[in-house]
Amino acid sequence: MSNTGQPLLEVSTANLTLGKQSLLENINLKIGAGEILTIIGPNGAGKTTLLRIALGLQKPTSGTVKRQPGLTIGYMPQRLHLDPTFPLTVKRFLALACKNDFARVISLLSEVGAAHVVDSAVQTLSGGELQRVLLARALVREPDLLVLDEPVQGVDVHGQVELYKLISRIREQRGCAVLMVSHDLHLVMAATDQVLCLNRHICCSGTPESVTNDPAFVELFGSAAVQYMAIYVHDKNHHHDQCASCGRGSANDR
Amino acid sequence: MIDNFLLRALLGGLGVALVAGPFGSFVVWRRLAYFGDTLSHSALLGVALGFILHINLTVGIIVICQLLAILLFYSQRQRQLASDTMLGIFAHGALSLGLVALAFMEDVRIDLVAYLFGDILAISNSDLGWIFAGGGIALACLIRIWKPLLAITIHEDLARVEGIPVDQVNWMFLGLIALIVAVMMKVVGMLLVTALLIIPAATARRFAGNPEMMALLASLIGCLSVCAGLYGSFQWDTPTGPTIVVAACLIFIIGFLVPKGLFLKGQES
Repeated sequence: MSNTGQPLLEVSTANLTLGKQSLLENINLKIGAGEILTIIGPNGAGKTTLLRIALGLQKPTSGTVKRQPGLTIGYMPQRLHLDPTFPLTVKRFLALACKNDFARVISLLSEVGAAHVVDSAVQTLSGGELQRVLLARALVREPDLLVLDEPVQGVDVHGQVELYKLISRIREQRGCAVLMVSHDLHLVMAATDQVLCLNRHICCSGTPESVTNDPAFVELFGSAAVQYMAIYVHDKNHHHDQCASCGRGSANDR
Repeated sequence: MIDNFLLRALLGGLGVALVAGPFGSFVVWRRLAYFGDTLSHSALLGVALGFILHINLTVGIIVICQLLAILLFYSQRQRQLASDTMLGIFAHGALSLGLVALAFMEDVRIDLVAYLFGDILAISNSDLGWIFAGGGIALACLIRIWKPLLAITIHEDLARVEGIPVDQVNWMFLGLIALIVAVMMKVVGMLLVTALLIIPAATARRFAGNPEMMALLASLIGCLSVCAGLYGSFQWDTPTGPTIVVAACLIFIIGFLVPKGLFLKGQES
């Protein structure tokens, strides 16, 4: 991964074994300021586990995780297991994290396009609304690095395109780096600078264009999926670097 | 000194209900009902310990509850057995071990029913002291960890990433639960402690728009249950602890008949 300056976060030669089972082998990951890095891979590839290691929630069996001193991380978890008996509005959910600054809550919700659910109970939100609220929650602390675990989970295709566009826009406006996990091949390529393709070990990594031509990638996802994507990456070149228009283009492709 | 046993019973009951409200709310939110039950089942073991070591029986119960809380905390980290199986083993193991241990002490005769279902009318001034000192400390500590505990209840990993000392806060919370379970035992007995934690909280849910409101309402509903239970117990000469729980259940049912969201202005919930 080419990147100038000190990386925000660096995982070096990390291994994780639980019992006799090896979950992650020899993982190297580096993310620089303002960069979007997406981890993709099949179910059970260890994507979320790798994210947990990067966040410091899980210690690797061997290897190191280095975070830039003073790095602020905004974390968006995959799900919220909130008991239905817990009376929590979206407003309060966010206010808890920013010292009851309600003006700030409204501005964050507007930024992610979820201002209309401010008074709703968190449990009543739709998939897309919840993802946006969780994203707003991740932005509360003005992070240098956003860590998103399956940010488009439980969202329909149109909503997924919108969410990836939103993530790109947040990166552009705030200049924060983004580390995210996805198992969606097609849409994610539009919104990322670097791809890390994981299946217990790193199969391949690099720019979306270079990864899709990698034999390891083809082996992992099958040639049909890759052909589909090759067309898509080609399409992306026509649109050049405008992420927003890429997202729209991909929606029209479908 | 309070001479009137009925007044002592009322004060003890109200004290316990006040403390049970906020703790019970967390027990409901975090699905710890069975955890509380398991702790209270170990009380007889605490009584036995008290007799063996010649210490205050309440201290014995508190010590055993704390030890069990520690044991449960660690046992839940293993993945071999589901946590409800684990809790069941501890609950019934501790209860039986307590009964067996007491049977070995030939010169000890305890009023088993009083421990099982509470004996609020026999509350002494020192019991009142335990309830108000123990309950007061527990409440003060809970208020101190209120915000981080809410954050952990919402999402533990998120709290951890943001630098909240999750393990310490969880430890403290479980320790406090063990403490209040031990002091609540006097009023409703070991078999009904969890009822006083969860029923008022569950009743309060329908009328609360935020966590603090629910905790406060749960306390008030608990107090109402204690008053109604004491009155009913006197009126019909029924056992007091169970009558309080029956009153709490009735209030819960009445709560369900009140239209939902009556007190929630413009809030979906």
